[in-house]
Amino acid sequence: MNKHTFFEVVQLNKSFGGLKAVNQLHFDVKEKEIFSIIGPNGAGKSTVFNCINGLYQPEEGQIKFKGEELIGKRPDQIAQAGIARTFQNLELFAHMTTLDNILLGRHKSMKASILATVGLSFKRSKAAKEELEHRRKVEEIIDFLELEAARDQFVSNLPYGKQKLVELGRALALEPDLLLLDEPAAGLTQEEREDMIFWIKDIRDLLGITVILIEHNMQMVQNISDRILAINFGTQITIGTPEEVLNHPEVIKAYLGEDLPSTL
Amino acid sequence: MRNLKTTYFEDLQLFKDGVHLFWSAVLILALFTLPFFVKTYYLTILNLMAVNVIVALGLNLLVGNTGQISLGHAGFVAIGAYTTVLLLKLGVPFIFAFVAAGVVSALFGILLGIPSLKLEGPYLAIATLAFGLAVTTLIGRMDFLGGRMGMNVPKLQIKWMGLKYDHALYYIILSITIIAVIAMRNILRSRIGRAFQAIRDSDIAAAAIGIHLTRYKLYSFGLSALFAGAAGSLWALYLGFINPTLFSFILSINFLVIIVLGGLGSITGSILGAVVLTYLNLQLENVVDIPLLGAALYKFSEVFMTTTGIANVSWVLTGFILILVVLYEPLGLYGLWLRTKIFWKRWPF
Ligand SMILES: Nc1ncnc2c1ncn2[C@@H]1O[C@H](COP(=O)(O)OP(=O)(O)OP(=O)(O)O)[C@@H](O)[C@H]1O
Ligand SMILES: [Mg+2]
Repeated sequence: MNKHTFFEVVQLNKSFGGLKAVNQLHFDVKEKEIFSIIGPNGAGKSTVFNCINGLYQPEEGQIKFKGEELIGKRPDQIAQAGIARTFQNLELFAHMTTLDNILLGRHKSMKASILATVGLSFKRSKAAKEELEHRRKVEEIIDFLELEAARDQFVSNLPYGKQKLVELGRALALEPDLLLLDEPAAGLTQEEREDMIFWIKDIRDLLGITVILIEHNMQMVQNISDRILAINFGTQITIGTPEEVLNHPEVIKAYLGEDLPSTL
Repeated sequence: MRNLKTTYFEDLQLFKDGVHLFWSAVLILALFTLPFFVKTYYLTILNLMAVNVIVALGLNLLVGNTGQISLGHAGFVAIGAYTTVLLLKLGVPFIFAFVAAGVVSALFGILLGIPSLKLEGPYLAIATLAFGLAVTTLIGRMDFLGGRMGMNVPKLQIKWMGLKYDHALYYIILSITIIAVIAMRNILRSRIGRAFQAIRDSDIAAAAIGIHLTRYKLYSFGLSALFAGAAGSLWALYLGFINPTLFSFILSINFLVIIVLGGLGSITGSILGAVVLTYLNLQLENVVDIPLLGAALYKFSEVFMTTTGIANVSWVLTGFILILVVLYEPLGLYGLWLRTKIFWKRWPF
């Protein structure tokens, strides 16, 4: 197999003005793992994702994906490299339908040039053939996430839980090797959250995608994760199996006054 | 119903169903037989509408679909017009002059797009405005482009089955407009068009799914300018004479009004907006001739503005219409059209 680690963050630093949002963070993720990052509000979790997918430029450190350095690459290049993500506060294409949102996840796999797309309405055209081929893939995702009823609706008209699923579907359409999920269950009902747990497991088990998950719901984290990284003030508290991490005194202390004790 | 669809290709087809196809055919047939029934003057109006449709399609792509802004599209129309005339004078056949107009204009579009990568909202508006003004100012100083005096557009050598020149021009313009509409419709429904709309709705998410923001913003500027340049080429052709004042700042604003009135991000909107506003502008030029209202407006202008300000009445009215659109029907005429369609579908229930 490969000599290098599947995914690795090395001594990462990112600050905003005087604030060290991520401080000497160091961890690695193994292939087909579900790896969770937990920490209180403002701990720097989302900032880690933003560094991984190229939205933020860290001051120091390395982010290696299959041996390739990601820092310095643009977000679209990182998507091309095989990393997809969802956002904590939904970043959907609000004025488009569910179908178009998920089709956009196929964008990088499609090749038609501007000139070629002019022929889209002609069945024999290359653009039409390509479009239909990718449309089939998208319909599979719509089936998988049970979004049939939402397919032709504008996403801004969908209930919050469905919007979260559309974003997940769009990320899946990229057929990534690594999927970053930023609080996928936040704001969901109990039932929706349970479905989400199933889907995330299926994504790993059936599609073989490695998942890094940020999540506040400790039940879910415990249930789903292979390993957990706990951070506070941008630095690691501890890393290990769910039992090790969730019972770690400093983790409990960091969460004091938050929701950890009650949901454990 | 969805489940009854046999293939996904039905979503890509030009015509949704038989009814759609039938009415489209009727409309196109009517437009093509029109020259046999009406005076040349009306063809001129249709030509102007068609040219505005083409510019509106391009501008709407940039503004409505990509979420950028341009206050300088008259500049691209000018570049298209002058490129065409220059090449015609050199004896280049029209078809090549026309293509060149689009290409040259698109290149300028990409050039103007470069600052847009750094600028947003009002700053981009100012940059594009400056571009529009610079184009006409520069043309006005170039003697080989006729300077401020302008220049004549060479007539084409058309010998098509004894067709009258005006009719032939009308057919050329109409055909190109139809092609432009189809091309734009297909581009917008493709991966390219979706990428533009993704950038408009969330540039962060667009980048995160693999869209090269820089490249696609430049594509949008280029395509938008290509349509404007092509329109400029046709406009020059039927005007027969061009000078820099034709392509003023006011014209750029007029294009924006067309797409806002018609409906941002909608092809139907571009068409409706161009047709309605072109007609309205022509009618408003004669506003003083309207009984009672004309006299009243004249009086109004005399008291509050100058009597020469009467020409501004059309602008006051356009502004008023825009305010109404923004307040009551943000989707513009396209929104109205959608509502009527829904109404008739439900009728008589
Ligand atoms: N673009 C930014 N500019 C300035 N400060 C920022 C920026 N992004 C994040 N921060 C700051 O960095 C710190 C970490 O934020 P981050 O969003 O990563 O936290 P988080 O762990 O995801 O929290 P939450 O659980 O609330 O989502 C916070 O103090 C935040 O205010
Ligand atoms: Mg966060």
